[in-house]
Amino acid sequence: MQDSASGSAGTSQPVLSVQNVSYWYGAKQALDDVSFNVYSGRVTALLGPNGAGKSTLFSLITRLFDAPTGRIEIDGHAAAEQGFKILGPLGVVFQQPTLDLDLSVRQNLRYFASLRGLARQEADVLMEKALSSLDMAERIGEKVRALNGGHRRRVEIARALLHSPKLLLLDEPTIGLDDPTRDAIVRHIHKLAASENIGVLWATHLFDEVESDDALVVINKGRVVASGDVAGIEKETGSKSLAEAFRRLTGDKVEEVAA
Amino acid sequence: MTFTHYARAFWGIVWRELLRFLHQRERFLAALVRPLIWLIIFAAGFRAALGISIIPPYETYITYDVYITPGLLAMIQLFNGMQSSLSMVYDREMGSMRVLLTTPLPRWFLLIARLFAGVLVSLFQVYTFLAIAYLCGVELPLWGYLIALPALILTGMMFGALGMLLSSTIKQLENFAGIMNFVIFPMFFASSALYPLWKMREGSWILYEICFYNPFTWAVELIRFSFYQKMNWEALAVVAICTIVFLGLSVWAYDPSRGIQQRKATAPAGG
Repeated sequence: MQDSASGSAGTSQPVLSVQNVSYWYGAKQALDDVSFNVYSGRVTALLGPNGAGKSTLFSLITRLFDAPTGRIEIDGHAAAEQGFKILGPLGVVFQQPTLDLDLSVRQNLRYFASLRGLARQEADVLMEKALSSLDMAERIGEKVRALNGGHRRRVEIARALLHSPKLLLLDEPTIGLDDPTRDAIVRHIHKLAASENIGVLWATHLFDEVESDDALVVINKGRVVASGDVAGIEKETGSKSLAEAFRRLTGDKVEEVAA
Repeated sequence: MTFTHYARAFWGIVWRELLRFLHQRERFLAALVRPLIWLIIFAAGFRAALGISIIPPYETYITYDVYITPGLLAMIQLFNGMQSSLSMVYDREMGSMRVLLTTPLPRWFLLIARLFAGVLVSLFQVYTFLAIAYLCGVELPLWGYLIALPALILTGMMFGALGMLLSSTIKQLENFAGIMNFVIFPMFFASSALYPLWKMREGSWILYEICFYNPFTWAVELIRFSFYQKMNWEALAVVAICTIVFLGLSVWAYDPSRGIQQRKATAPAGG
């Protein structure tokens, strides 16, 4: 097992560094000594079955929970030293929907832009750009309640990108979406990571969302059981596919949607 | 982090709360109907049965509906403070609070901005109520409508901070309704909102003591005196201290993972 999830390890500073992080809910351990890095311009897939600890890890990275052990750095700054300031270069799409249903797309995005300190004019330009890239520009005046699940997700992604983050966290962003929408979002994020040089951490339990050149961190029962690139992990586990490697690493049944 | 960033974020939070309030017409109506029932039905009945002697800040005999108006304004603000807190618990449970908490702004600032937004909403309700009361014949000193504004901001902050403190300590949304009733009605009834304290003392010494130590009493008195362009320093001190204490405790106690932690600890598996 490698320490880093990215092939860029050693050549540049990671945009996200998680080192020796553990976490407990009461007496129940959710994360056990988790370490990995995420680098700019690349998607790192955090692959694990339900209950593996992915959302807990996201809560620690976003400082919703305080990490009792270990060290988390975003863009070279540690939460323990910089406090909430480290969240500046961070964009997040949560697993749970977080848009205000009674407000319009524009109002939701303007609200977020103000939280990020963007001036209204600047925000309006960035909103237009982010929504256009997701084919949502024409829906800007509509109430979120009127949008379907896929469109809401796109708005959440556009929102997470408004302030040009260096690190984008996506916590199972395609849950509940149909296949064409899922594919479109997966493609868009991969394209975006490369073109905007954003480091992406994508939590998922679906293998077909992982592309061959993605960095990969496999997590199971709160522990990192493998990390590296897809081909390397397949080789290491003596598997012919990622699905098979995942089964061997986690002992879990493979999802039907596996590619 | 610059001052401009803080200012924009503050305005953004306030603006969102105002928009949400405008979308919740039922909440606005409920906020007005409750005190109007007290004013129009309850006060009309009691004005014949109860005489209010001349006590500060009044310089002449007043009708009962004039007497209870400051108490009803405080009731509007108390309900609104609880409602805002309920909305914070709801946001925390539904996930939208995460958007706020994953910004690079300190939590105390975010909570104060939410609190201030709630105060603005309560002021809107208060002045709408006063306009309706005026149309119903309840006239307060004209300048009082303006001069009472700082007092109403302070009392709104105290009730908002109290609600925030309660929301910081409860674990689940379902528990909040019970706590609201447990807090609102005893605070309102055991205060000088409906009867002057000296009348309470005549009836029951224990009840008088309870009313005397109830922060709601001092909020009502601060509003009452300010409408008559007089300063009740004792009331100002109590309300200011309570605001600082409630706010300090709520910032200290606020934990966005509350509820999540509880569910995860008892669930067979968590994400």
